[in-house]
This record gives sequence, C-alpha cells and structure tokens, in this order.
Amino acid sequence: MTEPLLKARGLVKRYGRVTALDNADFDLMPGEILAVIGDNGAGKSSLIKAISGATVPDEGTITLEGREVSYASPLQAREAGIECVYQTLALSPALSITDNMFCGRELRKPGIMGKWFGMLDQKAMEEFARQKLSELGLMTIQNINQAVETLSGGQRQGVAVARAAAFGSKVIILDEPTAALGVKESRKVLDLIQDVRARGTPVVLISHNMPHVFEVADRIHIHRLGRRLCVVDPKSITMSDAVALMTGAMTPEQLAA
Amino acid sequence: MSDSPTPGGQDYEARLKDSTAAVAEFEHAPRGMLGTIQHVLHANPTFVPVIVLVASIAVFGVIAGERFFSPFNLSLIMQQVSIIGILAAAQTLIILTAGIDLSVAAIMVLISVISGKLSVELGVPAPVALVIGFACGIGAGYLNGWLVTRVKLPPFIATLGTWNVFFALNLYLSGAQSIRGSDIDEMAPLLKFFGQSIAIGSARLTYGTVLMIVIFIALWYVLNKTAWGRHVYMIGDDKEAAELAGIRTDRTLRQVYMLAGFICALAAWASIGRVGSISPQSFYEGNLESITAVVIGGISLFGGRGSIMGALFGALIVGVFQSGLRLAGVDVLWQVFAIGWLIIIAVAIDQWIRKVSA
Repeated sequence: MTEPLLKARGLVKRYGRVTALDNADFDLMPGEILAVIGDNGAGKSSLIKAISGATVPDEGTITLEGREVSYASPLQAREAGIECVYQTLALSPALSITDNMFCGRELRKPGIMGKWFGMLDQKAMEEFARQKLSELGLMTIQNINQAVETLSGGQRQGVAVARAAAFGSKVIILDEPTAALGVKESRKVLDLIQDVRARGTPVVLISHNMPHVFEVADRIHIHRLGRRLCVVDPKSITMSDAVALMTGAMTPEQLAA
Repeated sequence: MSDSPTPGGQDYEARLKDSTAAVAEFEHAPRGMLGTIQHVLHANPTFVPVIVLVASIAVFGVIAGERFFSPFNLSLIMQQVSIIGILAAAQTLIILTAGIDLSVAAIMVLISVISGKLSVELGVPAPVALVIGFACGIGAGYLNGWLVTRVKLPPFIATLGTWNVFFALNLYLSGAQSIRGSDIDEMAPLLKFFGQSIAIGSARLTYGTVLMIVIFIALWYVLNKTAWGRHVYMIGDDKEAAELAGIRTDRTLRQVYMLAGFICALAAWASIGRVGSISPQSFYEGNLESITAVVIGGISLFGGRGSIMGALFGALIVGVFQSGLRLAGVDVLWQVFAIGWLIIIAVAIDQWIRKVSA
C-alpha cells in the first residue's frame, strides 16, 4: 500500500471550552482528490487550518512525504508546498489582480535594478498572471491591473484558485471553492481541480455541494464532531447515505451492515 | 435512498452546452458626470490634491498677486513645508498600513536634541552624533512597531504613549534649554547642512527642500516598484488576508515603523538647518500637522489606499493656504479655520470615492 503524502494523527485544537479538533486523523494519498465533508461546526475548517499552518494544533503530528513537519505560519506551509484557497479568499481588494497573484512571490527584474534596488518585473508578472487566468478560462477579465474589488464573486474565486495552482505545489487545499459560483463557473473550477490532479498534484476539496463532491472525489473523508468519522468511496455509497453519516443519522457500522 | 451516484455530474449540467456563449450585455444607465468623476478619482486618488493645489495656487495668485506668485515666495513655501513634509512622508508609511503615528514629531525633536547635545556640548564629532541620532530614530520606530505587533496595542494608543515618553525624554535631556545657533555654528556646523541653499534667480532652494523631494521620490519607488512596498499596501488593505497569502505581516510592520523612525531622524537633521537652533519645545504640533498633510493628500486613514505623492501635495496645499491667506491680509485664525475644513472635505471625498461601484 502506498504511503499517504500528507498524514495527520491525533490532532487536537481547543478554543477555550470549545474543542474544534478532537483527536482528528487525516490521510491524503498521492495524486488523489480527497473531499472533506461534514456538518457545520464539525471542525472541517479547523482541520484545514491545522494542515495549512494557519493555526498550530495543541496536540498531534503532521507528516508530509514521510517527514514530520510543524508550521508556525501559512508561509512556512506554503514554502513546504501546501497551498490553500481559503473561503475568505485572502485577497487584497484594493490591489490589482497581478499584485494578488504574486503576493509574497514577486518576480524581480533581471540585472542590477532587480538585484540591488528590488525593482519588480511588472511586465513578466502581468504576462504570467494573464496566462494563468487564461488557462482557467477567466479571461473575461479585460484588465489584469484591475483592482480585485471591481471583480465579481466568481472572478475573485478564479483569481484565488489561479494563485494556488500557478506555483507548482505538492498539495492544494480548496475550501468551499464553488460555494459562491454559478453553474458555469463551478464547472470550470471542477475541471480545474481535475486538471490539477492530472498533473499529479493531490487536491483536498472541502465542500457542501454533494453532486460536486461525488463527481470529482476519489475518496470522501467524513468529518463529525471534531474527528474523522470514516472515509468512504463515492462509487459505493449514495449521497443520502453520506449525508446521513455526516449528520449522525447513521453510523459507519450501520452502513457496513 | 435510491438516487444513485452518477459519475460525470448531475444531468442538469448537460444543458450547459446549449447555453449562450455571448457575454451578457445590458444597456448601461448613463453614469453621469458625477459618476465618471468618482471612477476617475477611484483609479487615481492623487488627482484631488493635485487639482486643489493647482486651484489654490491660481486663486491666491489672483487675490494676492505678484507677492504670492513670485519665485521667492513660492520657494519660501517649499522651505516652510519641508520639515512637516518629511514628517508626512514617515506618517504616510504608517497610515498606509492602517495605523497612525502620533509620535513622529516627538521622535524628530528628541533626535535633534540628542545629536545637538552630543556634538555641541559633549564634543562628539558631528558625523558620529548624527549616526547615533539615526540609530536612536530607528530604535524609537522599533519601539512603536514592537508595541503594535508584539504587545498588540492599537497604533493610536501605542504612539500616544510614546509621544509623551519621547517628549519627556527630550525635556529631560535638554533641560528644557535650547541649543543656540551660534554654538552649533562653532562646534558642529554639519548639523546645519540642510539650511544651506542654492539661489536660482530670486528663488532660494534649500538643501532641506531638496531632501524632502528626494525622500518622496525614493519612497514612491519603494512603495510602487518593490515587493516590500506592495506588501505594505496589502497589509493596510487587509492584514489577515495578507497573512494568509503568505506575507510576514508583523515583521513588515516593524520594518515600516523603523523606516518611519529613520525618516524622522532625517527630519531632525533638516530641522536644525531650517530653524537654525535646537529647541526642545519646537514642532509640538508637528504630529498632527503631518497627519493633516497626509489626509489632505487623499491617503485613506483606513489603510491600503493612496499615493505617497499625495502627502507631498497635501503639505504643499497647507503651505499655499497659509502663505496665500497671510499675504491677502487674512487673520491667522482664518488660516486655521480653512485648514480645518480642508481636512473634513478631504476625508469626506475619500469616503465617497471608496463607495465606487465596479
């Protein structure tokens, strides 16, 4: 059996009297799309934050490619190759699409101007941003230097997804990527997720949209009350059973029976 | 429990292939002149101060005539605003991060007292005294940044505290005594370097004025053409988003405060040349005057919006109003009155511009 690329064991995270993660386990296999589903408040977001370095879990271990890791910030997780698209998107509304795409990874001009004076290579950055957005079929955006706040919700989502996918990474985590999107835009994001997998990068997809989850996921991680309830194969379970599991209307034992 | 999982998606999407490919088009309601202006200003926030500056120069040129429009008077305005202008540059950096720095002028006066005390009274060579001054300026900025990022104080409170602390230190070190200009000339003329000037016709361009312009150009470059500068804007726009997007926000914030402290130390050096002596009581309102220049310059107090050049224009607008009203024979109190309304109108315009729709 192949080793999980990203593995978490016994994660605990408490916020005062609230236990958001209660000994949660997590496994992501190489090259798969793993959907994480769960009721509101089940701890999906806390799990993702722990894996992507946005919070530091109180207990537990995270292993990436067989090495134990611990991240103090999203930046460290990103440097290790874990990209996350947050539900809030983490975009700066007043800044341009290009600025947002490169946030923290800007390209400098070659030669003295770039090396000594830190001058940005605006042209190369715009070119790159335009190319990445075209790949996602998002070029209804006319002006790459448009401020993000002037884009529609779907376009903003596209920019955030493009940012995560643009820089070769080991794991991409998408938190509710289609929640704010229309049918066509959702389709594009789903196609993109499959593109990313085709390139060999595993994807973690957090979603409430069962048709989307059942369509693209290879495995489904069902989260309940702060821990992993079970992992199921979307081909051998119905959507209503999955919903029953995640809301507690059914237990995994009942499913097996 | 009979709906079978259907790979390939649910059927409702099958109809997508027939959907129209055309981008939706609507008849645009005419935006109107006001709407167009709002859009232009949203894209170019520095337009407002530039228009106000040009208009006020034109108006005072008509009212006060020759005396206002002379190269001598215009260069005098530049000299008069140079110190507040440099402080406004430091202030802009802080305000772009959605902070505010009430201590800039206090840092400046403290540094001028430290450098003066060391070189004039303790016989430290002037270059060494200046270097110590710069180190103290950066240190003072670091203290502010540390209070904001580590102790998590709101910038307003942190710098309100350090304003008083620095002012008290400055009174203690100076014994509330000024250092006379003649003593500076004798012991450390280098301290007055920025008071020298180049005469161009009847205009007199002081080195202090040149320094102010150089600082603004350098900061414009840093803020717009380097990654660090873009990060400063991102932090001011939405700190949490910047953090999640992978920017070390607290480290960058501390650097911003340290750079502001360094610029305050430059202002200290320039102020000795401008005033001619070192007075611990001078520039007591410099903190607020620098904020005034920034706000009139169209830089948003909510952070992340506005151009550093706006602060330069803001400082010049204040200078032009003061000079113009004085030459027109208007009482000082009406100068203050006019500046007050300028601030209110500038922030009101900023609020209006931020409401722009796509």
